[in-house]
Amino acid sequence: MSSSAARPRLGLLRAIPSLMRVGFAEAVAYRAEFLVWILATNMPLIMLLLWSAVAKEAPVGRFGEAEFGAYFLATLIVRLVTSSWVIWDLNFEIRQGTIGMRLLRPLHPFVWYAAENLAALPMRAMVALPVAAIALLWLGAGQLNPDPVAWAIVPVALIGAWAMTFCAMAMIGSLGLLWESSLSVFQLWLGLYFVIGGYVLPLELLPDWLYAVVRWLPFRYLLSFPVETMLGLIDRREALGALAVQWGYAALFLAGALAVWRRGLARYSAFGG
Amino acid sequence: MLRYAKLLAIQLRASALLSLQYRLDFFVGGVMSLFWTAAALIPLAVLFQQRETVAGWTWHEALLVVAWFNVLKGVLEGGVQPALQNVVEHIRKGTLDFLLIKPVDSQFMVSTSRFEPWKAVDLLGGLALLGWALWKLRVVPSPGALLATGLLLVGAVAILYSLWILVVSLAFVVVKIDNLSYLFASIYDAARWPASVYRGALSFVFTFVIPLAVMTTYPALAILGRLGPEQVLGALGGALAFSLAARMVWTRAIGRYTSAGG
Repeated sequence: MSSSAARPRLGLLRAIPSLMRVGFAEAVAYRAEFLVWILATNMPLIMLLLWSAVAKEAPVGRFGEAEFGAYFLATLIVRLVTSSWVIWDLNFEIRQGTIGMRLLRPLHPFVWYAAENLAALPMRAMVALPVAAIALLWLGAGQLNPDPVAWAIVPVALIGAWAMTFCAMAMIGSLGLLWESSLSVFQLWLGLYFVIGGYVLPLELLPDWLYAVVRWLPFRYLLSFPVETMLGLIDRREALGALAVQWGYAALFLAGALAVWRRGLARYSAFGG
Repeated sequence: MLRYAKLLAIQLRASALLSLQYRLDFFVGGVMSLFWTAAALIPLAVLFQQRETVAGWTWHEALLVVAWFNVLKGVLEGGVQPALQNVVEHIRKGTLDFLLIKPVDSQFMVSTSRFEPWKAVDLLGGLALLGWALWKLRVVPSPGALLATGLLLVGAVAILYSLWILVVSLAFVVVKIDNLSYLFASIYDAARWPASVYRGALSFVFTFVIPLAVMTTYPALAILGRLGPEQVLGALGGALAFSLAARMVWTRAIGRYTSAGG
């Protein structure tokens, strides 16, 4: 006889592999969309060409042509591996009312979304790997961080970046239960991510005062921080400090997402509506 | 023709009323546009802090490109993209058929189904930036330069619109709204920079395949009076060819469309 408290937890463990399988099947089924998404992730490549054209005349800061190449290819890899789309799903399902389906099941919808998200990882890794290979062949290993300890930090930083992205999206998406314009909040988030997350330029090129501010905002930890660690732009000690900030943000966003979700659900009334 | 004009007026009115309903969105949208204009200048500002010129452009000249980028962005997001999102939604839900059975041209119908008037803020922001950059450059455009710029802008809008028609045609194959508009935005974003920055294969692509150079860099050159008449005519001819090609792709796509439920 199992106690009723242990039961849902066991159910969760049993459900996750199935959720992952469903998620993977979905990722394969929507491969055309996946292709569009990959094509849309072209900005690092454009930035790569742009900045290396500029660096051809003279390096910018400590970034020459090769450094820019390594930076933006690493950005592309991090983005391919850590991105999430839960906010679009949430927004769509809230508006259409189909979120009710998820509410009926015993699992927290966030777990479900997370599993679906992670299940697409093998497919995304398959795209990221060739990029990494090209980067290595083209630029040589000299651009990579020589410190093995830093490379132990990289996977944790990547998971942290994914967790931050996912939780922030879940939080902003849950706002949609309370407020119709959650997507415009997300546009703002995405824009900041592009400009001060390290997507369009290495953050250290920013003016000093702005760089000082940016280091305390969450956006750097979504993208720039793993890249900086991979390329050895920051040392081991600094990377560990950044890791703590990153995971702190992830925990904060998770708490925020759960809180907004709970409040939103109390107000939400679109079941079957 | 008059019928189409009337129809357009009705659609515009409906969109305006709809957007007035969501006043908060209106306000947020306006503030966001201003914020974007400023934020998007950061990489450019960083770059020009390091050098006097980049690929032959000075800071204020490059601002002209950004200004036209903003103006066109206002047109894109206010006049073109909302309808795109609408169409993709229609395709997914299977309600596109209701638009198609109406006794007007299908391309006209889907193109005018929705506008977002408050994006005009982007357009005004772009014009303000343009004025400021011209003042800093001490350039007073000649009538000929203004005419050339105006014509080029018409061409640019035609290209933008045709690009959008191509994306919607793609939506018959790939049915997801968010990714498509994101793809569109990410391509358009490259037009923020003077075209001469791009070299090699990319420069070819952005001039001939996706004519971004023609959209923002040419008007900037034209207003400075640095574009010859043959280049203006060439750009306009290109825009026309591009529009016709997009129209052809659309007719084919709609012809093969088998509606939902299939």
